[in-house]
Amino acid sequence: MPPVLQPVIQIEDVKKIYKMGEVEVPALNGVSFQIMTGEMVAIIEPSGSGKSTLMNIIGCLDTPTSGKYILDGVDVSKLTDDQQAGIRNKKIGFVFQQFNLLARTPALDQVELPMVYAGAPDRRQRALAALESVGLKERVHHRPNELSGGQQQRVAIARALVTNPSIILADEPTGNLDSKSGAEIINIFKTLNRDRGLTVILVTHDPTIAAQAQRTIRVRDGLVVNNGN
Amino acid sequence: MNFMESVRIAMRSLSANKLRSSLTMLGIIIGVTAVIAMLSIGRGAQAAITNQINSIGTNLLYIRPGAPVQNGVRAAEGSAATLTMEDGTAISSVSNVVAVAPEVDSFGQMAYMGNNTNGRIVGVTPDYLNALNGSVADGDFVSSSNVTARSAVAVLGAGVAQTLFDTGEPVGQSIRINGQQFRVIGVMTAQGGTGFLNQDNQVFVPITTAMSRLSRGGRFGAGNSVQVLNVKITGPSAQTQVIQDISQILDQRHHVVQDDFTIQSQQDILNTASQVTGTLTIFLGGVAAISLIVGGIGIMNIMLVSVTERTREIGIRKAVGARKRDILAQFLTEATILSLSGGIIGIILGALIARLISGIQLGSSSISTVVDPDAVILAVLFSAGVGLFFGSYPASRAAGLHPIDALRYE
Ligand SMILES: Nc1ncnc2c1ncn2[C@@H]1O[C@H](COP(=O)(O)OP(=O)(O)OP(=O)(O)O)[C@@H](O)[C@H]1O
Ligand SMILES: [Mg+2]
Repeated sequence: MPPVLQPVIQIEDVKKIYKMGEVEVPALNGVSFQIMTGEMVAIIEPSGSGKSTLMNIIGCLDTPTSGKYILDGVDVSKLTDDQQAGIRNKKIGFVFQQFNLLARTPALDQVELPMVYAGAPDRRQRALAALESVGLKERVHHRPNELSGGQQQRVAIARALVTNPSIILADEPTGNLDSKSGAEIINIFKTLNRDRGLTVILVTHDPTIAAQAQRTIRVRDGLVVNNGN
Repeated sequence: MNFMESVRIAMRSLSANKLRSSLTMLGIIIGVTAVIAMLSIGRGAQAAITNQINSIGTNLLYIRPGAPVQNGVRAAEGSAATLTMEDGTAISSVSNVVAVAPEVDSFGQMAYMGNNTNGRIVGVTPDYLNALNGSVADGDFVSSSNVTARSAVAVLGAGVAQTLFDTGEPVGQSIRINGQQFRVIGVMTAQGGTGFLNQDNQVFVPITTAMSRLSRGGRFGAGNSVQVLNVKITGPSAQTQVIQDISQILDQRHHVVQDDFTIQSQQDILNTASQVTGTLTIFLGGVAAISLIVGGIGIMNIMLVSVTERTREIGIRKAVGARKRDILAQFLTEATILSLSGGIIGIILGALIARLISGIQLGSSSISTVVDPDAVILAVLFSAGVGLFFGSYPASRAAGLHPIDALRYE
C-alpha cells in the first residue's frame, strides 16, 4: 500500500465543554491536528485529560462545543443525527476500552449487528470471515460471559471491521487486558493497517503501546503539545 | 433495517425476559378476553331478538290506538282514542292487505289440577294464525264460530301446555284462566324465544270471549275496542302505500285530521330492539375495554423499565450505526408484539368463554353468544393500537438517547 498523503481527519481548534448544571467542565481546549489516510497514529496523554472525549468526537458519537471536524472532506458538525449514524456505520469502526458488546448475545450476532443497520447482504459469511480474521473461528457461538477479556475485545474488533470502514478508532483497547492479550490486540491493528491500508487511531496512556504506531500525538490538559510531525 | 429484522430483535429480547413478557401480555389477554366475551354476549342478545322478531314475519304492521310518540311527546293529544273490531274489518279491504287480526291482551293465571302458571292471555280471531305465522301442533285454533259464540275455549302456547300438562294430552281438558273454566281445543307449535319475547308462555282465546268474560277490572278496555290490529301485507314493497291507505280510512272513520293511532312495522320494532341491544353491546364492550387500557399501561410501564435497563444496549446499537428510527422501530415492534400476541390469545380465550357461557340459564332466559368477525377484527386492531400507543413514548425515549450518554449509562 503506497502512502497517500491526503488528510482523512482534520481537527481544527476543537473545544469540548461539558456542562454539569451550572458548572462547566472543559475537556478539550482547542485541539488541532490532521491524520492522513492509511496512517497508524497513537494519541497519548495522561488520564482524564480528554482522550475519550476526543475519540468520541472523531467517531461521530459526540459533537464539539466549538471548532471544526472535517472527515473525508465533510464537515461533520453540519450533519444530522441520522447522517452521523450512517458515518458511524460505514466509515468508522469503534473499539472501546469496555468492549461494549451486547449482553447474552453470541459473537456471530454481535459482529452482524452493524450490517443489520447497513442492510448489508451475506451477513453471516462476512461476520464469520471477520471473526476468523481476528482468530475467533472456534468461538463464534460464545456469548460475552463465555469469552476471555482478550477474546471479547477481538469480537469487538471483528464488529468494527466487518463493514469495511476506512478508519478504526480504538479508545484504550488494551486498558482492560493483560500485557500478552494487549500485545495480540495491537498486532491485529498493525496487521490491519499494513495489509488493508486502514487508518488506525489508537488512544493510550501506555508509551510502549504508543511506540508501535508510526506517529504519536501528545495531548495534555486538552491541548496538543506535540503532534509527532 | 427491515421489518423482519425488528421482529427478530424484538422476539429475542422478549424471550430473554419470558416471565416479564408473559405477565405484561396477561394484562392485554385479560382485556381482550373480556372485550370479546362481552361483545359476544351483546351480539348474541341482538341476534336472538332479531331472529325472534323475524320469525313472526317481516310483512307485519301493528296498529295501536293513540297518536304516534315523537321524541317522547305525543304528536296529537286526542280523546281516549280507540280501535275497534269494525276498524279492523274496514281496513281488511285495503289492497295488498292479506289479513287483519285484532287482538286484546292481558296477563293472568292458568291452572289445571294442581299445576298453575302465569302468562299472557291473548284474545284473537282465526286470522291471527295466518297473520302472525303461528301454527297449531295439536287440535285446532280459535274458529269463527268460537268468536261468534263467545265460546270458553283456549289454545295453549307450548310452554303453558308443558307446564300444566307435562306429557299429558291437553286437548279436551278443562283449565281455569283467571278462575274461569275454559276447554282446551288446541296446542300451539313451540316457537322459542327468551324473556319478554317468549312466545310459548301464552294462551289464545276468542277475542269476543276475552272482551266479555275476562274483562274484569277493565283489563281489556271497554266495549269492543281492541289493543292491536295485526295487519299482514303482501310484502315490504307494498308497505308505504298500505300504511297511507290505512291511515286515510282510519282518519275518516275516526273523524280526525291527525292520526289518533300508531302504525308500526316489523322493521320499526326491529330497529328499536337493535338500538337497545346495540347500546347494551357498546356498554358491555366499553367496560371491558377499560381493562384493555389498563393492560396498555402495563405495557408502557414495562417498556419504560426495559428502555432504562437497556440504555447501554441502545448506546451500543447507536455506536455501530443504528438511526433514531431503527431504535424506535425496535421498541415499537416489541410493544406491538406483546400487545398483538396478547390480543390473539385473548380472542381465543374470549371465544372459548363465549362458547362456555352460551346456553347458561339466567332466570327464565338463557345466555346466547355470538362471536362475530367484526369484534375479532376490532380486538386485533385495538390491541395492536394499544401496543403502538403505549409503546410510542418509551420507544421515542429510547430513540432520542444520546449515544455517549447511553454508552456511559451505569
Ligand atoms: N459527560 C461528562 N460530563 C462532565 N464531565 C465529563 C463528562 N465526560 C468527561 N468529563 C470530564 O472531561 C474530562 C476528560 O474526560 P475523558 O473521558 O475524555 O478523559 P480520558 O482522557 O479519556 O481519561 P481516561 O484515560 O481516564 O479514560 C474529565 O475531566 C472528565 O471528568
Ligand atoms: Mg477514556
